[in-house]
Formats: sequence, structure tokens, C-alpha cells
Amino acid sequence: MPQRQYGTAVVDVDAEGFMTDPSRWTREIAAAIAREEGIAELTPAHWNVIEHMQKEFRETGQAPSIRRLSKGSVVSVKDLYALFPGGPARKAARIAGLKKPEGCV
Amino acid sequence: MDGKIEKVSIVISKGGLDGVYPGLIMANGARMEGIEANLFFTFFGLDAITTKRMGRIKVATVGNPGLHLPSLAGILPGFSALATAMMKKAMDKIDIPPVPEFIAMVADAGCRLYACKATVDMFGLKKEDFCPQVDSIINVGKFYAISAGGQIIFT
Repeated sequence: MPQRQYGTAVVDVDAEGFMTDPSRWTREIAAAIAREEGIAELTPAHWNVIEHMQKEFRETGQAPSIRRLSKGSVVSVKDLYALFPGGPARKAARIAGLKKPEGCV
Repeated sequence: MDGKIEKVSIVISKGGLDGVYPGLIMANGARMEGIEANLFFTFFGLDAITTKRMGRIKVATVGNPGLHLPSLAGILPGFSALATAMMKKAMDKIDIPPVPEFIAMVADAGCRLYACKATVDMFGLKKEDFCPQVDSIINVGKFYAISAGGQIIFT
């Protein structure tokens, strides 16, 4: 299994760089993955999305879709695309230490 | 041409839920992957962006072999409404929104929406008949200009 080093932490990832063990996730790792995804700094608005995704993942075993995030008033669709440009659901899930979202919407 | 698709322009030419959804899902999915996306609505596909009609799009129950029902059953009053309600419920479960919400979602995701000028003229429609997310009414030439450098998908 591929591994990646973020700071002093070495974590297992899948072929696309998604962490395979969410329990190893830390805020430092999140910030490092975000930089890989072209997001220089995680703002409170980013953390709000990340924490909500993790909460939903713990409850359902799935990362929430963009629609669930916007309908749950976590973040609007527009803001989500602005926060995670070029692939909001995928990038946010990866930064949150979750597996790649499987849904089509 | 390298491996990654950078831009898609999707034509939605059919009305009815099964005519409209595939194009919407593909356009939204493109934006989710960071792919530039345009939607061009023509012929009965225009129903999906016509304010009066977009909330009432139904599944065709006559001449639709995919429903696995005899066409004669499809003519029963209320049958199309029933099939539509069932399909909407199933789609909501997997987080696919109703058409008006879906149109707003793809537009917010950065997909641009256009109406076909020839059809608009033929049906006697005006810009005011369309939902506010529609960018403009364009002819085929403009559609090709907008689609330049990307893939065109006809549905």
C-alpha cells in the first residue's frame, strides 16, 4: 500500500492519495494535503466543511454529497466550489482524511 | 490529445425526466471534477429551463420500453404522475435533486446554461420564459464557438 509523509507522520493512502485509515488524521495532515491540492491555508470556512464531512462520515459511513452539504446549510454550492476549486467533494473528502466519494452528484 | 478532459458541452434535446436527467448529471459531474461545462437546451429539452414547466417534468409512460410495462398501461390516467412520483422518490434517496433544484445547483457549480435560438423562435418563447440561471439564447454557430476546444455530447 502506498504511503505518504506529512510532516513527521507517515500514513497509508490509496492509489489516488486518499487516506485509508481516518483515525490517523490530524489537523496538520489536513493542512499538508490541502497544500498538495493547491489550497495554501485552511480558513474557518474550510474547517467547517471538513468537520461536518467527518461528522457525517462517522454517522453514515459515507462522505456527504455536495447536495447534502448545501441542503444541510453547511455551505452553499457556490461557496463550496470557491473554497475547494477544481473538485469540491473530492478535495474536501481527501483533506478530511476520508475515502473518495462514490456518488455521482 | 492528452488523457484529461478539460471541457464539455452537453446538448439536452429531449423532454421528460429520462431525457433531462442524464445531461444534468453529466454536467454536474463534470464541474465536480473541475471540468468546464456548458449546457445547451434544445427542442423539448427546453422544458427543463422553462420556468412554467421545469417543476412538472414527468416520465413518459407511453412508448418507453425501459419501463417494462405494456404501452397500453401507460395511457391510464394518472399513470405518468405515479411513475414520476416513484422515480423522484428513488432519486431523492440517492441525492439527485428535482429538476429546478438541479438546474440551480449546476449553475451555482459554474456550469453555463444556454437556450437554442431556433427552438425558442419556433415555440414563440422569450428570455423571460426561462429561469434566471439561463445565460442567453444562442444559435448553433455560437454554440460551436462556445464549445471550441472541448468535447460535445448530445443527449
